[in-house]
Amino acid sequence: MTHQIIIAGFGGQGIMLMGQLLAYAGMLEGKNVSWLPSYGPEMRGGTANCNVIISDEPVASPIVTEATAVMAMNRPSLDKFEGAVMRGGLLLINSSLIDKKASREDIEVCYIPANEIADQLGNSRVANMVVLGSFLAKTGAVSPASVIESLKKVLGPSKEHLIPLNEEALKRGAERVRECVNR
Amino acid sequence: MSKVLMKGNEAIAEAAIQAGCRYFFGYPITPQNEIPAYMAKRLPEVGGCFIQAESEVSAINMVYGAAGAGARVMTSSSSPGISLKQEGLSYIAGAELPCVVVNMVRGGPGLGGIQPAQSDYFQATKGGGHGDYHLVVLAPSTIQEAVDLVMEGFDIADQYRNPVMILGDGMLGQMMEPVEFRPLSSKRELPPKTWATTGYTGDRPRNIINSLYIDPQVLEEHVKKIYQKYEEIKKNEVKVECYNCEDAEIIVAAYGTTARIVKSVIQKAKQEGINVGLIRPITLWPFPTSTFEEWAQREHIKAFMAVEMSMGQMVEDVRLSVNGKKPVFFYGRTGGMVPEPNAILAEIKKVIGGVLR
Amino acid sequence: MTKVFTRPKSLTDKPFHYCPGCTHGIVHRLVAEAIDELDIRERTIGVAPVGCAVFAYEYFNCDMQEAAHGRAPAVATGIKRVLPDRVVFTYQGDGDLAAIGTAEIVHAATRGENITVIFINNAIYGMTGGQMAPTTLIGQVTTTTPYGRDPGKAGYPIRMSEMLATLEGVAYIERVSIHDIKHINQAKRAIKKAFETQLAGKGFSMVEVLSTCPTNWGMTPVEALKWLERNMIPCYPLGVKKEVK
Repeated sequence: MTHQIIIAGFGGQGIMLMGQLLAYAGMLEGKNVSWLPSYGPEMRGGTANCNVIISDEPVASPIVTEATAVMAMNRPSLDKFEGAVMRGGLLLINSSLIDKKASREDIEVCYIPANEIADQLGNSRVANMVVLGSFLAKTGAVSPASVIESLKKVLGPSKEHLIPLNEEALKRGAERVRECVNR
Repeated sequence: MSKVLMKGNEAIAEAAIQAGCRYFFGYPITPQNEIPAYMAKRLPEVGGCFIQAESEVSAINMVYGAAGAGARVMTSSSSPGISLKQEGLSYIAGAELPCVVVNMVRGGPGLGGIQPAQSDYFQATKGGGHGDYHLVVLAPSTIQEAVDLVMEGFDIADQYRNPVMILGDGMLGQMMEPVEFRPLSSKRELPPKTWATTGYTGDRPRNIINSLYIDPQVLEEHVKKIYQKYEEIKKNEVKVECYNCEDAEIIVAAYGTTARIVKSVIQKAKQEGINVGLIRPITLWPFPTSTFEEWAQREHIKAFMAVEMSMGQMVEDVRLSVNGKKPVFFYGRTGGMVPEPNAILAEIKKVIGGVLR
Repeated sequence: MTKVFTRPKSLTDKPFHYCPGCTHGIVHRLVAEAIDELDIRERTIGVAPVGCAVFAYEYFNCDMQEAAHGRAPAVATGIKRVLPDRVVFTYQGDGDLAAIGTAEIVHAATRGENITVIFINNAIYGMTGGQMAPTTLIGQVTTTTPYGRDPGKAGYPIRMSEMLATLEGVAYIERVSIHDIKHINQAKRAIKKAFETQLAGKGFSMVEVLSTCPTNWGMTPVEALKWLERNMIPCYPLGVKKEVK
């Protein structure tokens, strides 16, 4: 099984972190992984995106051109990457910031009001973790426990107190996506 | 040791430190800035020294001085900065100093762009600076391979007293993969640096680091001596990966990250019943000429195709190696555009259709 | 018989290739004497330039590196950072230091690199055959200023010592001349002091030595010394430009 993932949004939404956590968690689970960011001027204030591959096979190209899943965190990301989802693939849309509906019929689309859920949790910055929770629940690419373990490594001991919040965000994202009916 | 998830640039910097590199001189340029930043943080922890130089020109000349003083030393840059280092590289090669230089290639010419490219192949493999010389050019395609090659690169540099270039691209530098820092599988007998300028205490002849030979006869002898060394390097150091070539009807030649894209293409092609092979030069200089020669003689190989992120540079070495035995085609994107698997596959089909018709 | 004059240990016995009347030989000797007197030859590493002194590595009897044109301060930086307990000096002309190598000298100085620079200013390019140097005087005729240096076209002479003396990393800069015995003795004291500055770990030190180039100036050696005194010193005032005590 090979998960070919595109995560996109604007700078500051924690796009790169989402991808790194997935790659890290995949590595912890003994899988082959790669994380490839967009880099350059577009990172500064514009859209940011990264490609993540989690696979049982060695990763050939780290570039995702046909995604098994796309997480679109803002409107320009949806416009740019809806077409990259492979037939039968998954498109997660942050409906808090994207008022547009997906146009594709041949893929699974879930709308997650990630910022609203994050606000309910008291910290809008965990919107990325909400969507990540939805993704994990849908795909089982890696376990939420591995993501949390990765997050501990990334945040370091000084930010250990943020772990429960992030755990909760993953959980709420997973719950929300189960209620999701396609279209 | 367990695996860690690291950015290519940072992994390369750590590999250098683990290989005993304690001196780094550099100048900021995208997309390699994580290397100097990592070195600035890590080198003081291991008793080393980092300097942000006033230019790439100065940085490479600091490398010259430090290498001449006997240290393991590295610099890194990206294409426009590597152009500035060419003067120094020519002197370093002429003075036979060991060092490692990383080029995280971006699109050119001129200021170009900052996205990945392979358009510095000529510059890296054919000299770059003035005079008769070569760099040993290593082209990793994964971060693990980059780490292994940086560590071995320092040994190669020391063994032959010649600069070694790690030729990556923006993608390899920016991406993350799991990586393991492991001791080199092959232990080399490295000659002691008796030539280093450490002070003339009288227990050896006076040491002079120099590339000036004003008498043409003497200069010719010096260059010939260097070229004898290059013959040794050609004999001993060629590295190449052959992938899926046994049953292939066409062989693609690609290196670095492009070779990874080609591997994806090969898997795709298989599903469509097309057998595509890959020859991936790991050393770009010395070039794996004999590997191409051998496969070119096989009946089942109908054609070769070089795929590069350039307008066609390595393809010239492929043509020289194949030497007219089979047709050699080319497909490339440049300026920071990365070739798409479907486009490569379409190109392969076109070639197969044409050759087999 | 008492020996009253001998070659410094820090010079090899290779005869200088310099033109008759050239003052490089004098400065080489002064540098070598300073190294001898400080007893640091065994731990001194010199860096030779591109210019007339390109073969300096054949004359100084210590370990040497030959740098690319203008890059000697960068090369010296590399050596000094690897071998901080050694004494490292560069020997550079005006084209090398004040034209093509301006960035390298300025930044070595501002980093306070603990090296010593011997800067030979003879207001002309010698090795390439008498072209304008950045230090060429206004009105001075060279092969590339055949009508005399015109500031409207070729700018003004650059005073490196004064410029570098403004930098905080600099510990000692003095401009000296070698046009007579008295000044040669002063030059010797300055060169020795520059090395002492390095030995004390105080930072960057430089001695600018006003020198002659009889061949490319088109003068006899004696005329050249007089010309230096009359024309160069007014443009390049002698003395200590900076000294950190």
